Amino acid sequence: MSFPAHLRYTKDHEWISIEGNVATIGITDFAQRELGDIVYVEVESIGKPLAAGDVFGTVEAVKTVSDLFLPVSGTVTELNAALANAPELVNNDPYGEGWMIKMTVDNPDDVNGLLDAAGYEAVVA
Amino acid sequence: MKNTPFTEKHIALGAKMVDFAGYNMPISYTSINDEHAAVRKNAGVFDVSHMGEFILKGDRALDLIQRVTSNDASKLTAGQAQYSCLPNDEGGIVDDLLVYCIEPNKTYMLVVNASNIEKDWNWISRHNTNGAEMHNISDKTGLLAIQGPNATRILQSLTDMDILNLKYYTFVKGRFAGVDNVLVSATGYTGAGGVEIYFEDKGDDADRIWNAIFEAGAAAGIRAIGLGARDTLRLEMGYCLYGNDIDDTTSPLEAGLGWITKFSKTFTASHILQQQKADGVERKLVGFEMIDRGIPRHGYEIKDQLGATIGVVTSGTQSPSLGKAIGMGYVRTAYAAIDTEIFIKVRDKLLLARVVRIPFA
Repeated sequence: MSFPAHLRYTKDHEWISIEGNVATIGITDFAQRELGDIVYVEVESIGKPLAAGDVFGTVEAVKTVSDLFLPVSGTVTELNAALANAPELVNNDPYGEGWMIKMTVDNPDDVNGLLDAAGYEAVVA
Repeated sequence: MKNTPFTEKHIALGAKMVDFAGYNMPISYTSINDEHAAVRKNAGVFDVSHMGEFILKGDRALDLIQRVTSNDASKLTAGQAQYSCLPNDEGGIVDDLLVYCIEPNKTYMLVVNASNIEKDWNWISRHNTNGAEMHNISDKTGLLAIQGPNATRILQSLTDMDILNLKYYTFVKGRFAGVDNVLVSATGYTGAGGVEIYFEDKGDDADRIWNAIFEAGAAAGIRAIGLGARDTLRLEMGYCLYGNDIDDTTSPLEAGLGWITKFSKTFTASHILQQQKADGVERKLVGFEMIDRGIPRHGYEIKDQLGATIGVVTSGTQSPSLGKAIGMGYVRTAYAAIDTEIFIKVRDKLLLARVVRIPFA
């Protein structure tokens, strides 16, 4: 299982990377393994200001469904369009092509309060 | 948590393990979709040793089976198996099971769900008023299901018994992979063809059987399959899962199991079920497919177009073979006709679905 060092993580198994005030968010390798084959990702929160911890969407797998939680406060701007036809990207490349959303972050410093790779690895160990 | 004779094999293969009915079982090895496709197109091996097996013996055995089960076991000849259920006093279902006729009027094997072993044993024991001999052999019985269109061809090389031509719901007993007294049954829970093999878990027999199957199937690409794909495979066929689609509160007639409910004899609650048949059932188990995007799950409400509750989802998944979301659930009888539009409440939304025939695939 991989935990890239350049990302930050939440206890809800999302990862976030940030450039300026724009963040990219997905679910972790651990999360995709737990969910199994992903069928689709639904995000209906684009354009709405949300707080950290709010549900921004859901991910449906063959066996189960799970809510997706926003790691930091801000506004979702984009859903990864590639997932519509290839939801398995989340399983095959959770930190790369399987990213889920982009968002503008209210306060980029919030990201520093999230888990680093070692901290997240300890959560799922 | 109990182990099966194969638990270490699953772990060594890297399976994701779960506690299922108190047993440490593999949910999947690679992915549910891959494993599902392997069974539909080729061959896969399921460890289902967690299932329960009871032996009923003596000249009172058939009488006991006839009184506690809904199907007619008096029709069975040696080497035949039958799907049946144990009704409760209210006409609900204690469990569904297979009845194997080893020797007519003398020896039968009942195969029950893992989660119900103790409940079924107590239920049948309570009705055993004429002194039939009963043995619970669940803990020492290994069970593998080898399913898929290539399953019997692969296994035939391991035995002199004629497995290739074994008729559906019949079985043979003999030497398999060098192990004696192996029962090979043309049954399964996938609709993909194949067999289930029962054997006593003694010495290294379980190991020998597992290894022989995977060696014989290596060239064909046989694979181990977890409970996740077992569930998607059975749901595509519309097979009921106890605890989901049938339980103590559902009648076999509501569940579409009238074909295993025979009023040619009397059995637990048969008068209630006969009355229910005469009156017509108030709800029916139906299959449906989603029109709107969404995946139905156990417990979701079924609504009419005005939002009134008309039933409940009992099973649902994304069908790997069909590429669409399917489910089963109970609906009021007026909504049970094929092509009826119904709505599934998925979180806060009502999503359109349509009643369809089962099997789905």
